[in-house]
This record gives sequence, structure tokens and C-alpha cells, in this order.
Amino acid sequence: MQRIGDAPRIRRLLIGLALVLAALFLLLPLVAIFAQAFAEGVAMFWANLSDEYTLAAIGLTLFVTLLTIPVNLVFGVFLAWLVTRFSFPGRRLLQTLIDIPFAVSPVVAGLVYLLLYGRNGWVGGWLDSHDIQIMFAWPGIVLVTIFVTCPFVARELIPLMQAQGAREEEAAVTLGASGWTVFRRVTLPNIKWALLYGVILTNARAVGEFGAVSVVSGSIRGETNTLPLHVELLYQDYNTVGAFTAAALLALIALLTLAAKALLEWRATRRETAA
Amino acid sequence: MNTLALLGRSAPKRVLPGFGLSLGITLLFVSLVLLLPLTSLVGQLAGVSLAEYWAIISEPRVVASYLVTIGAAAAASMVNALFGLLMAWVLVRYEFPGKRLLDALMDLPFALPTAVAGITLATLYSSSGWMGRLLAPLGIEVAYTWVGIALAMAFTSIPFVVRTVQPVLEDLPHEIDEAALTLGASDATAFRRVILPNLWPALVTGTGLAFVRSLGEFGAVIFIAGNMPYETEITSLMIFVKLQEYDYVGASAIASVVLAVSLALLLALNLWQGRFIRRLHGGKG
Amino acid sequence: MSIRLKNIAKTFGDNSALAPLDLDIGDGELVGLLGPSGSGKTTLLRIIAGLEQADRAPAGSIHFGDREVTNVHVRDRRIGFVFQHYALFRHMSVFDNVAFGLTAMPRRTRPSNGEIRARVHRLLEMVRLEAFADRYPAQLSGGQQQRVSLARALALQPDVLLLDEPFGALDAKVRQDLRRWLRHLHDELNFTSVFVTHDQEEALELSDRVVVMSNGRIEQIDEPDTLYRKPANRFVFEFLGDVNRLEGEVRDGELTCGAARLTVDLDEGREELLLRPHELRLIEAPTAHAHLPVCVTAVSPVGAEVRVELEADWLAEPWLATVRHADFERLAIRRGQHLFVEPRRWRRFSDERAARSTGRAVASS
Repeated sequence: MQRIGDAPRIRRLLIGLALVLAALFLLLPLVAIFAQAFAEGVAMFWANLSDEYTLAAIGLTLFVTLLTIPVNLVFGVFLAWLVTRFSFPGRRLLQTLIDIPFAVSPVVAGLVYLLLYGRNGWVGGWLDSHDIQIMFAWPGIVLVTIFVTCPFVARELIPLMQAQGAREEEAAVTLGASGWTVFRRVTLPNIKWALLYGVILTNARAVGEFGAVSVVSGSIRGETNTLPLHVELLYQDYNTVGAFTAAALLALIALLTLAAKALLEWRATRRETAA
Repeated sequence: MNTLALLGRSAPKRVLPGFGLSLGITLLFVSLVLLLPLTSLVGQLAGVSLAEYWAIISEPRVVASYLVTIGAAAAASMVNALFGLLMAWVLVRYEFPGKRLLDALMDLPFALPTAVAGITLATLYSSSGWMGRLLAPLGIEVAYTWVGIALAMAFTSIPFVVRTVQPVLEDLPHEIDEAALTLGASDATAFRRVILPNLWPALVTGTGLAFVRSLGEFGAVIFIAGNMPYETEITSLMIFVKLQEYDYVGASAIASVVLAVSLALLLALNLWQGRFIRRLHGGKG
Repeated sequence: MSIRLKNIAKTFGDNSALAPLDLDIGDGELVGLLGPSGSGKTTLLRIIAGLEQADRAPAGSIHFGDREVTNVHVRDRRIGFVFQHYALFRHMSVFDNVAFGLTAMPRRTRPSNGEIRARVHRLLEMVRLEAFADRYPAQLSGGQQQRVSLARALALQPDVLLLDEPFGALDAKVRQDLRRWLRHLHDELNFTSVFVTHDQEEALELSDRVVVMSNGRIEQIDEPDTLYRKPANRFVFEFLGDVNRLEGEVRDGELTCGAARLTVDLDEGREELLLRPHELRLIEAPTAHAHLPVCVTAVSPVGAEVRVELEADWLAEPWLATVRHADFERLAIRRGQHLFVEPRRWRRFSDERAARSTGRAVASS
């Protein structure tokens, strides 16, 4: 088969260029993170990792992520079901609205939550009079994390469910299945991998969110300091190795995310070629 | 619960169940999580006079930050357009060892927390870093300059162009290549006149998304920017600084500018894309 | 310009797509490559075009006239190629599509803009699409797109025009019209054309000569008429039309199969005879030479003739006979009726590729 750009000379040039650029701008930073983290030896790495405040930051990050994922999972599934299985006025608008968190600067996202739930805000004032604190406490961090990560599950599901169409679900309904049964036995098996991937992306972003969280957290060590914020604190303290130790932990999660994605894609293509 | 049932009933008869429930949950979520917080921005600014508003958003230091942000974002997205096109082409058209790894690596900037990217790039390109040491003798300074800001923005938005162009290139039938070749076109001509126009909508969309993302980028940029007033301050940082001074009105005013620009760009991108795609699928050009 | 292929073979991985073959196509000929899918016809066409490279071993060669093009890149072969699904550039207007080959030429050799415009308009006139110059491909019907694709292929005045299943994606009526029109165009412009098809009717109607292919081999090359009357082997015979089979034991010049008997001039042993539907005569009583009792199971009038489906205990699969309306009315054929068949003619192919023999029922008209 003859294709454009097939001449060996062009091919070698372009592949070489791509590999060099990727090594320089993607691989090198990745290597640098781990090199810095282990710059003072493995023992120091472990000492940094088991630091009291680092452990607290890890704990808070996990806690926030665990709360965020189920909320966005449920929302994502309902939204995808709504816009791919029904047509109604405003459907396109809804699909555009859901992309807002992608377009909004994280700092702006943090700001609007601060305005709403802060002591001087509409809701915050009322909550404050009842002694409930949202800003500069973990609930604020959870709220902005939900905001920032809410499109991921829906974004993975919508194109897939659109492509699959509603035929199978309609068939199930004609066979007398209830709504829950249709979803559990027909829809879910078809979308489970996309759903899993949406959760993985939500997880990666929830763990790593910095801008929005830094506005609402107050960064109190051991209390409202998430892992990315902790990276910043250590870095500003000129504790480079400590900062990169926490960074290496986050980079590891990123690498696991990439591996999971590659695995899911490999599965999908293998199924396609097998069919 | 009553309103939900009503919504379900007033709608035309639907085959599949769950319309009322999913509409209710979705609207509730969208209102509470997305819209209500955004309206608080309007509420905050409601008491501000137009003159005051203008004074805040046209303060010289803030204007300087717009220029820095827009300039660096434009440079970053242009670089990414070329880089992304090259990567998409190589990943779709060629087979070579390490291809799967390269493909997976493309998503790293999305998976890596921005703060991590920020401190890593700042360390790499500082005068004592691996890259900084190489570039310093050439008289190139990256860390704590405008170039560093663009570099950080480019890094965090790498996947946009690659991942929008890649599927379009994959779906391009090979007959298109063959038709151009049987008509005697050289590689360069065929690429410029046949391939590129087909990739154009995806390329512009990807570059546009990268630009919007770069405008709002915060975590990756602040570490490498140096944050010198008038020189290397980005607009997101201006908002952050105002907040730390408890100047909520100032922060909100600047945020409203950033938000309006991002949403307008996103809308324009959507409209343009719709027009372009309509032409390819029939309807008057 | 003539096309000469010598010892051309193609393997994909472990699969042989084309066995080494030779093919000569004369200057100005219109040749159809006919075969079922997987027969190698499209591969052969793409090798002629240079879109596919023939195997290096055994070393084959391709000549256009006196010019050897074996290792010439597709862009320098001076061929016109019409793709199965047209492969029009959908972001370009009809005019720009047709002009592409001319505007893509290097500046030194490129005609002036005025000349390009004149040439494109002449081509569009030829394919009767002058009024559509500014439209985009998506705004055209399939037949119109096909004509644009043809005009585009002819714009560079190629030595050779190659068409891959040119009418495959069109509906029957449009296909008919385009076929006639292409034949007309070919006769007028007198270029050498090769087209691929899996439709025998199309191949027989359109071609000067037909190349029948199967399993990467050329089975027969002949004019349509010869091909139909003198098929080289069983594959060609079966591929070119409906076939009825009669299998039985020959003894003393008579073939028997259950209740059926037919006088044949063959040696003793197992034989299989092949009969075309229009070579079967339906009669009310057996003759001295043919005793083939059948029962009518379905009747469907199609155009000028009536298709009659026949079954019998001695038949493994039903037979099909086509009869004229006059005979149909005379015999008052209806479902369930019992009749007899008298073959006017039959063929037999012993073993693959072996000599062929035909027979004629002695008493037939």
C-alpha cells in the first residue's frame, strides 16, 4: 500500500524527531522527579515519606478522593443516561454546561466556592451562624474537587453510549424488564470499561488538584493540607528532597493511571479484532 | 419528588425508564455544583460600580498580567499545534519500537498533578538544573522568565492537540492518500492540500482547548514563573494575590474577566466547529 | 497504450494473493477483471496502478507500451484511477477535485490558471456536470460523484485508466446508464482501460475482453461471447451463470440417477453433467432419449421469460429452468404440476482444468 510520507527518509526523520522531543519534554521531567526524590538516598526517601505531616496529607487526599468519586460516578451515569437516551429541549445546552469545569481556571473555581461558602457568602454566612465551617476545612476541599472533576465520568460515557444506541435497552423493556434491571443487566455490562476509565481519570485529577484546593484549604499543616499543597509547602521551605518525595508519590499515581489506560485500550482493541 | 413525577409525565411518552429521575438528579447537581457557585461571582460584583470595576481590571499590574498570560498561552498553543500534529502523525502512520510507550506518555501531562509538573520544570530549568545548565552557556534563560511560563503552559496542554487530531487521522481512508498520489501529487503537496484540510477542524479545536487551558493554568506555572510584578505574573496569580489580601471584590472582578474570556472562547470554538463540520456533510459551503 | 504484465505475483504475509501470471492488454482495449471476492482481481489492478508492489521474487515486470514501469512510483506512472467509493476530496468543490492533478504539478510544468480552468470545464462538460462545479461532494448523488471521480482521473490525460468496482455502490438503474456512458466515452477517447467487477453481467456487457480470475489465478481470457459459449473450465462455466447439476452412473450410453435416465455418448463410470437453465426444455411426456420427471415448485415471471423451479426425488438440489412466455402459456405451467425435462445441451468437465466435452441431446431441435 502506498501512503503519503512513506519514503524511508521522511519516516526516519519524523519518528526520530518525535522520539527526541518526547524524551526531552515528557520523559526527562518524569525521570527528574524520581532522581530528586532519591537524591539523598533511599533511607532519606523513607524518612521523608513517613514524616507526620506527609502522612496526614496523604490521608486527607485519600479521604477527599474517596468522597469525590462516588458522587461524580452517580452524577456522570445519570447525566449520560439522560442525554443519550432521551431527546428534550436544552439537551445540547446541558452537554455544554458540563464542560464548564474544563474551561474555568482552577483558581476561579476555588474563588467562586469561597464566595459562596465563605463567612461573608450567601450560604456561608448562614452556615457560620450554625457553627458549620466549610471553607478552610475539609468539606470545602471536597466541594471544589467535585466541581473540578465532575465532567470526567460523563465525558467518557456519553460518546460510547451514543455510539451504542438504545436498541438493546429498548429490547429489554419490551421483554418486561424494570428500569433498574435494564441498567444493571444491559447497560452496565456495555459501559463498564468506560466507567472504570472515567473513575480512573476522576481519581487522578482529584488526587492532584492544586489551584482550586489551594484557594479554599488554608493549608494548615496536618489538617487541611492535601498532598499537592504539601509539595508546595515543602518546596517553599527549600526542602527540595522532601517536596520531590511527595511529588514522586503523586507521579507514581499518574504512572498507574497511564498504565491502566493503556491496559483498557489494549483490551478494547483486542476485543474489536477478535469480533 | 412531586416535581420530578410531574416532569416525567408532562414530557412526551418515552420508551426507556428513568427520564424524570435522571433529569431531576442532573439538574439538581448542575444547579448546585456548577451554576450556583458561578452566580456568587455575580452577587459579589453586584455592589460594585462600573467605574470601580473598570479601575480594578485595568490596573497596570493586572493589564501586564493579561499580556503575559495571553502571550505565553498563544506561544504555548502554537508550539503544541506543531508538536501535537507531529506526534499524532507519527503515532497513526508509522510502526516502530516503543510506539505504545510513546502513545501512553502523551497523556502524562493530564495525569501528573500540576504542582508536581511545576516544581519539576522549575528545578530542571533553573540555572543549576539539568536543562538550565545546558542552556545557560547559550544565553537562554527559561526559569523565572516569560519563556518558562510558556514552557509550563505547553507541558500541561500537550495532550489536547494530539488526542483531538489522532482519531481524525486514524479515520481518514487510505484511498484519500492513494487518490492524491495517482494524481501525481508530491508528499508535501498531498499533505498540505489533502491531509491538512481534513485535520483542520480537529487541529483548531485542539489548539483552542490548549489555549483556554493555558490561560487558566496555575499550579504548573507559578513555580517556574518567578512572579515578578509587571514581568512574569500571570492573571490567575493576580486573583490569588488579591484573595490573600482579603480583597474579594478585586479577585472577583479579575476572575470575571478570565471566566468571560474562557467561556467565550469555548463557545466560539463550538460554533465554528459546528459550521465547518456541516459543510463537509452537505449543506451550502 | 498497451499494458504488458510478465510473471507478476503477490503474497501478503503467508497468503498468496496472486500466483505468478502474465497478461497482455492491447492499446485502446477495455478489459474487465472478473472474479469472486478474494480472487485477486483488485490486487492485480492495484499492482498495475503502482498502489501495490508486486513480489520481488520471482522478478516480474510491467510495461506500458515500451516504457517499463515496474519500479516507477504511482505518482509518476501516468495512470488514472477511479476508486470504489470515489475517494473524492470532500473539502474541495467539484471543480477543485477535478483540477487537483493539474494544480498539484510542479510550477515548471503546470499549465496556466486559464488553461486549467478551460480543461476542467471541458472535462465537466464531458461528464455532464458543468452546473455542479461549485458544489461539494457531499451534495452530489452517488452517480454524480462517480462521474466527478472519472473526470478527475482523466484530467491528466493518463496513458491508462483503471477502475476499481466502478459501479459497485450504485443502484441498478444508475449502474445501467453509467455503464453505457462509460463504454461510449471509452470508444470516443480511445484510452486503454481496465476495470474490476464481481458482476458477470457488467463484465460481459462492457468489456472487449474479460479476464476471469479465481484464487489468484487467471482462469480464462476471452471475448464475452466466446467466454460464454466456450468456458475453459468448470469454474468459468459456473461463475458466468446459473447451473443445474445432474449426477449419475453411465452404463451402455445411458446415464441413470434414480428414476431419471438420459442418453449420453460417454464412457462408463460416474459422471456429473452441467446444464444452463435456458437449455432445459419442459415437455409433457418423456422422449426416447430423456426421461427426467420433475415437479414444478415455484413459478416467477421475470422480464421476457419465466423462471420455473423444479424438484424431484432424484435431484439433490432443485433445478431452475427459464422458458419463454409462449411455452409457459402453452403448457399452462403451475405449481405442483408434473412435467419432464429434455436438455437441449449439456456440458461436462472432468477434473479441474482437464479437457472439456459437451454433448447435445440427439433428438433436440
